[in-house]
Amino acid sequence: MTTTTSPLIPAAAPRQRTHYLNANYGVLSWLLTTDHKRIAILYLVTISAMFFLGGSFAVAIRLELVTPAGDLFQSETYNKLFTMHGIVMVFFFLIPSIPAVLGNFLIPLMIGARDLAFPKLNLASWYIFVFGALFSLYAIVNGGVDTGWTFYPPYSTSFSNTQVLAAGLGIFITGFSSILTGLNFIVTIHKMRAPGLTWFRLPLFVWAHYATSLIMVLGTPVIAVTILMVALERTLHLGIFDPALGGDPVLFQHLFWFYSHPAVYIMILPAMGVISEVVTCFSRKRIFGYEVIAASSMAIAIFGFLVWGHHLFPAGQSTYAGVVFSLLSYLVAIPSAIKVFNWTATMYKGSIKLDTPMLYAIGFLGLFTIGGLTGLFVAAVGVDIHVHDTYFVVAHFHYIMVGGAIMGYLGGLHFWWPKISGRLYPEMWARVAAVIVFVGFNLTFFPQFILGYLGMPRRYHAYTEEFQVLNVMSSAGASILGVGYLLPMFYFAWSMRYGAPAPANPWGATGLEWQTPSPPVTENFPVQPVVVDEAYEYAKGREVTVV
Amino acid sequence: MSEAAHHHPALAHHFENLGEQKEASSLGMWLFIAQEVMFFGGMFLAYTVYRNLYPAAFAEASHHLDWKLGGINTAVLILSSLTMALAVRAAALGNRKQIVLFLIATVVLGSIFLGVKVVEYGDKFEHHLVPGAHFQFPGPNARPAQIFYSLYFAMTGLHALHMIIGIPILLVLAWLAHRGRYTPAYHTPVEMTGLYWHFVDIVWIFLFPLLYLVGPH
Repeated sequence: MTTTTSPLIPAAAPRQRTHYLNANYGVLSWLLTTDHKRIAILYLVTISAMFFLGGSFAVAIRLELVTPAGDLFQSETYNKLFTMHGIVMVFFFLIPSIPAVLGNFLIPLMIGARDLAFPKLNLASWYIFVFGALFSLYAIVNGGVDTGWTFYPPYSTSFSNTQVLAAGLGIFITGFSSILTGLNFIVTIHKMRAPGLTWFRLPLFVWAHYATSLIMVLGTPVIAVTILMVALERTLHLGIFDPALGGDPVLFQHLFWFYSHPAVYIMILPAMGVISEVVTCFSRKRIFGYEVIAASSMAIAIFGFLVWGHHLFPAGQSTYAGVVFSLLSYLVAIPSAIKVFNWTATMYKGSIKLDTPMLYAIGFLGLFTIGGLTGLFVAAVGVDIHVHDTYFVVAHFHYIMVGGAIMGYLGGLHFWWPKISGRLYPEMWARVAAVIVFVGFNLTFFPQFILGYLGMPRRYHAYTEEFQVLNVMSSAGASILGVGYLLPMFYFAWSMRYGAPAPANPWGATGLEWQTPSPPVTENFPVQPVVVDEAYEYAKGREVTVV
Repeated sequence: MSEAAHHHPALAHHFENLGEQKEASSLGMWLFIAQEVMFFGGMFLAYTVYRNLYPAAFAEASHHLDWKLGGINTAVLILSSLTMALAVRAAALGNRKQIVLFLIATVVLGSIFLGVKVVEYGDKFEHHLVPGAHFQFPGPNARPAQIFYSLYFAMTGLHALHMIIGIPILLVLAWLAHRGRYTPAYHTPVEMTGLYWHFVDIVWIFLFPLLYLVGPH
């Protein structure tokens, strides 16, 4: 896979080459496309809009928390703000982010296929996503939701008089987009690999998506049916969770977290896949422990299904259940740590190049480690009782979801941007943005660990004055982080027009996606590729300049 | 790639041949069924939890369901699985008339099932067994009985919805079969719909005893 001059690329490419972006024009050529690469672009545009919508709610939250008094918003408005921030970011940005954009674009390219197994289903998934997003947008525009993104009954079923139904239906519908995308990926990876591309030659990005897809297919339907039961209880007054009828609201929490905890792995596993690609490429070394990294992705997906109970430690779950869930939660740390050690070992004595994707990858390593280790704090029953529903938990999961998943997403977006757009982005600006994101992120969320440990509860619009300094730090960090997130939007857009044309393989990376021109033709490869090498053979070939 | 297979009108551009395409569809359908199992699983879990909490009330509430109608419906659905399987067999053998005949028979049986369900739902409505403000149940077990009926309507309603989705698909298949679309070489949609239909039947096989046959009759 690391041949010096790829036989698949014509030696002297004509200036106006036909590729997937200019194969045809017009709105309909995009809205009716079945090309996985174009669908990835559709998702990119949609989820970017959702990201900035969710981000605007975060801006409002951080503005309110600059002062101890609840002076900017009423408590009801504040409840809606953090609820909608959570719903938009979790269901409409983080869960689709890497799989729907990068996974969609790259999986067929990486395995040498012409498309995903079910191209029409892939397009349908995007429409389902948009349809679900419209429901939730309707809820937001018509007064919002205030239940928290967790929709706990009986408040959500019997008491809240906000747009619970519309928001819930939006998530229900969007879930099917996730299920069908996962289904498409699994079948594609099983059935459409190029000749010679055995399971243990697959890029680790593909392994990570395979594990993610399993969670999507097996976990998402559970939250779908749970939300459906909440909706039935709210509209038809069926009594399922309502304690007034003898129902059990804790049952809802079990069902909800049975999906929503694995959902964290839907966010982080694909980011880990990105990091595996980036770290090995920018260390110019074969990845350390390929098989173990692949297996640890599967282990995370499987263990991830068995730990939901750690969200219920204070909810009246039995002590024995608490102990078992605590132990199982510790087990997830093992495959996660294995990955971090393997990436570090890959960098060890590598020829490290600090280009933008690598900056994000190194940032990911640090932030994910902090997020993961604080996860062990909250997995311990006693500590969790102390920090439950405080800013400690908020900081912990933002280190995973933002520090982990979004760093991975941005790193991946930069890494594959030349392939996606056919243009090079301005490297200096991108490095500056990566550093701004890293600094802004830490300034935003590290103070929240301290706030939570000192006892500041989450989900209140007012707090006592002793917490103000740390909250001002956090809000200041958020404004820096905001700049870091806006910059890529501008220079990516700029590069579409003014960026230098990208060669097929600007990073000198291994992998089939780099052996086809940038951007690829609609059918991905001019000739069916055949794989004869193991994955990540950076030790061979001309690119390696290690002394 | 063989030229003959390449020119088959049903072969999508990104597959090498019909066999590969069928394997992909088949795996996709099984995964879809796996997610359906998880989807129904949430409700089955709720059922299990509440039946454990309120065993006596569940038995009492269950006796207000008509097990004879439920039994008839079970037989009707099993029969429809047979006609569905025969339709798939006819497709594999290339017997166009039989495909149409058995698909229509499946549609008729499915419709009979839904008709009986309408009668049953109407009966529950008359006897104030529909959860909500008008729910009435004699004795001290009214609250858990309402949970039983909530689950009854949620589970059988979701199951019926799956049949309501399945029947138009069967009709489209029958029309396409009549037009000669399916041959022994290519009849994947008939097979995949068959898998779906059998799955929906199996869900009922679990629902019937869990809802209608609780406690001694």
